[in-house]
Amino acid sequence: MPVVFIPALLRPLTGGASQVEAAGETVRALIDNLEAQYPGLRERLVDQGRLRPNVSVAVDGEVSPIGLLESVGPESEVHFVHAISGGSR
Amino acid sequence: MSTPTYSVLGTRPIRHDGADKVTGRAIYGADVHLTGMLHGAVLRSPHAHARILRIDTVKAAALPGVKAVITAADFPQGPDRIVDLGEGDTPLSYIRGNVLAIGKVLYRGHAVAAVAATNAHIAEQAAGLIQVEYEVLPCVLTAPDAMREDAPILHEDLETTELGKKSGKVSNVAVHFRHVLGNSEEAFAQADVVVERTFDTATVHQGYIEPHNATALWNEDGRIHVWCSTQGSFVVRDVTACILDVPVQRVRVTPTEIGGGFGGKIPVYIEPVAAMLSKKTGRPVKVLMSRREVFEGTGPTPGSHMTVKMGVDKTGRMIAAQASLAYEAGAYPGAMVGPGGMCVFASYNIANVTIDGYDVVVNKPSTAAYRAPGATNAAFATETVVDEIAEKLGMDPMELRLMNAAKEGTRRADGPKYRRICCVEVIEAMKNHPHYSAPLEGPNRGRGVAVGFWFNAALPSSCTISVNADGSVNLVEGSTDIGGTRTSIAMQAAEVLGIAVERVNPTVVDTDSVGFTGVTGGSRTTFATGYAAYEAAQDVVRQMKERVAKIWEVEASAVNFEKGAFSAGEKSMTFAELSEKLGSTGGPVVGRGAVNPRSAGGSFSGAIADVEVDPETGRVSVLRFTSIQDAGKAIHPSYVEGQMQGGSAQGIGWALNEEYYMSPDGGMMNSSLLDYRMPTALDLPMIDTCIVEVANPNHPFGVRGVGEANIVPPPAALANAIYRAAGVRMNRLPMKPSAIMEAIWAKGN
Repeated sequence: MPVVFIPALLRPLTGGASQVEAAGETVRALIDNLEAQYPGLRERLVDQGRLRPNVSVAVDGEVSPIGLLESVGPESEVHFVHAISGGSR
Repeated sequence: MSTPTYSVLGTRPIRHDGADKVTGRAIYGADVHLTGMLHGAVLRSPHAHARILRIDTVKAAALPGVKAVITAADFPQGPDRIVDLGEGDTPLSYIRGNVLAIGKVLYRGHAVAAVAATNAHIAEQAAGLIQVEYEVLPCVLTAPDAMREDAPILHEDLETTELGKKSGKVSNVAVHFRHVLGNSEEAFAQADVVVERTFDTATVHQGYIEPHNATALWNEDGRIHVWCSTQGSFVVRDVTACILDVPVQRVRVTPTEIGGGFGGKIPVYIEPVAAMLSKKTGRPVKVLMSRREVFEGTGPTPGSHMTVKMGVDKTGRMIAAQASLAYEAGAYPGAMVGPGGMCVFASYNIANVTIDGYDVVVNKPSTAAYRAPGATNAAFATETVVDEIAEKLGMDPMELRLMNAAKEGTRRADGPKYRRICCVEVIEAMKNHPHYSAPLEGPNRGRGVAVGFWFNAALPSSCTISVNADGSVNLVEGSTDIGGTRTSIAMQAAEVLGIAVERVNPTVVDTDSVGFTGVTGGSRTTFATGYAAYEAAQDVVRQMKERVAKIWEVEASAVNFEKGAFSAGEKSMTFAELSEKLGSTGGPVVGRGAVNPRSAGGSFSGAIADVEVDPETGRVSVLRFTSIQDAGKAIHPSYVEGQMQGGSAQGIGWALNEEYYMSPDGGMMNSSLLDYRMPTALDLPMIDTCIVEVANPNHPFGVRGVGEANIVPPPAALANAIYRAAGVRMNRLPMKPSAIMEAIWAKGN
């Protein structure tokens, strides 16, 4: 099952756990399943059907250009990282 | 793994736009002249923080020659929304408020109103006749001051956000983030040497030579055409359409040649203003910024206040680190503190790390990207602390870095593990470079080193390649050419097609004429648009194989293509020979490439600096400087070296001289190139370069972007050199003569 690394500021929602397992073949499905385990987590990551501004998702060490649509493998590591906007903001 | 051999890549051909550039024929934004064109001028705020009570344009509008006067009230003011600019999401209200102030001015130089007139002098005179009544408010200019409980508040609706959770309290801190890896507090208790220092860096500007410019024509049929100097024509198109509330389809942007950007020409400032003036007048309108407007009205890079603490065991192994980074966003949220937090310890493998970052609004211009945005500030702090630890341990500073260098599989403080990276190779190249072991003799001289990292950006790019009957090809792309990218992109197409790069005609076109292409920024153009050119060339080869198969009556899969020649069995035909036959074998061949890479692969860079410090004046002379950087694969080594030298020169300026010198009431006191002291050729030695090549697995030729990481280590390398020359640890940028003398005197006391 994919392993999700929980950002420090969200760990109060996971009882302090920094890594949790969650099923899902896409980032969107994975967040939905996380929400079922840890209510409130989705709202912190997703707004209006997309990742919040300043949030990117990295799957297996690479930041995805397609966010919630990114595929997740059964052995994947998933991180929510600060978006790098190299320019306007 | 064997090293691939290339025919074109790695050579140094003459750039395609070279003749136009050296003869002055290249068309820059200021060269655009349209029939009936008017000239615009922008009125800017004299106050750093004030409420706009009233704007009276009657006198200005009455001046003979004036055709239109506009304020924010002339623009659509629909509900706020998040705008996807292709490289970062931004609230539309922030962009809109920065283009022309709404209700409040937030920095001196904030645009308030604009005029179109028959010539630039009348426009400027008319702008001076606009009467604005202000209620001047207290201003706040630094992150620590803006974070105080009693600080003047810039935005009455701004609350601190912590990963989607608002604080419920109005604040100048827009964002707080935290990265935690392991347990740094516990690890510090195990450390044998701990160093904690606090650093401040001043606001600095990218300093591109060509000021911003925009010419716009709002046509009678509702279509808008903009010509401008930009790093991202599609960003200009999309932002202009958002601000004017028109469909993207109605906006066409032609990027002119660009006289430098370094990240500062990604934001949009005057393009929507020129367009609105054109709508009001029915004529094309050109707006040019002065140098003062560039300094006071466009986005510099953030000043910062940082504390970095690192702990090592007695062998030198780094076991704990903490950082607190507060970056000045300027007037609107968006300081590059996020990347700063991801880069602050990026060069090292440390198991226990805590990083806090704060995005803080202050009454200065809204900040923009500047080469590896956020990373240079952070590396100044980290690499100075690392140097001090090496000294306390009695270790060679390169050995300490090498022992702790990040490598493939190292987990970064923000979570992900590195893929194939090149930190070790860069440090080894520094250590083995003749500069590092060369004698440095004489009093008041010292040598310093530092390393740095930048992620680079990927983002989408598009290209098409059409084949001409003479075997040449036309390559159409949407990336503004800043550092010779027409040629570095054309070289990648030429390599695939097996033709000389001179047989490729690269053209940068407008937004109607090519697929979406992200900004020329993030060191991405040779990487991503080069990748698109590679794909387009591969598409050409696939189609050409089908033509050969038709002529030879064989299956396309039986056709080989190597070094510019098609073959099947005994038969062969060159690319040029087949090109002649396209008309009779099915018509034109046009290849297309559109890419959206998952990851750009980062780049590490190192700097070795020798300085001499005058103990009487504090002046720092840079005696020798070497820049070392991983390029993955250096497509055109001269351009890679040019990027390394340019980034180093800017890093040296940032380190030693450059700053926004602010009056207490928020005025920039040195907004000219006479007083804002960028280094000239007379201030710098020849900057030596050493290219390291560790192939990037995310690019077909192994390319890594090289435009940014080189600016990251120079300030720290110079600070460490100054310490060895003068015996003082500098914790503030710029390390100008007065700051050096203050440090020397403080040490003496």
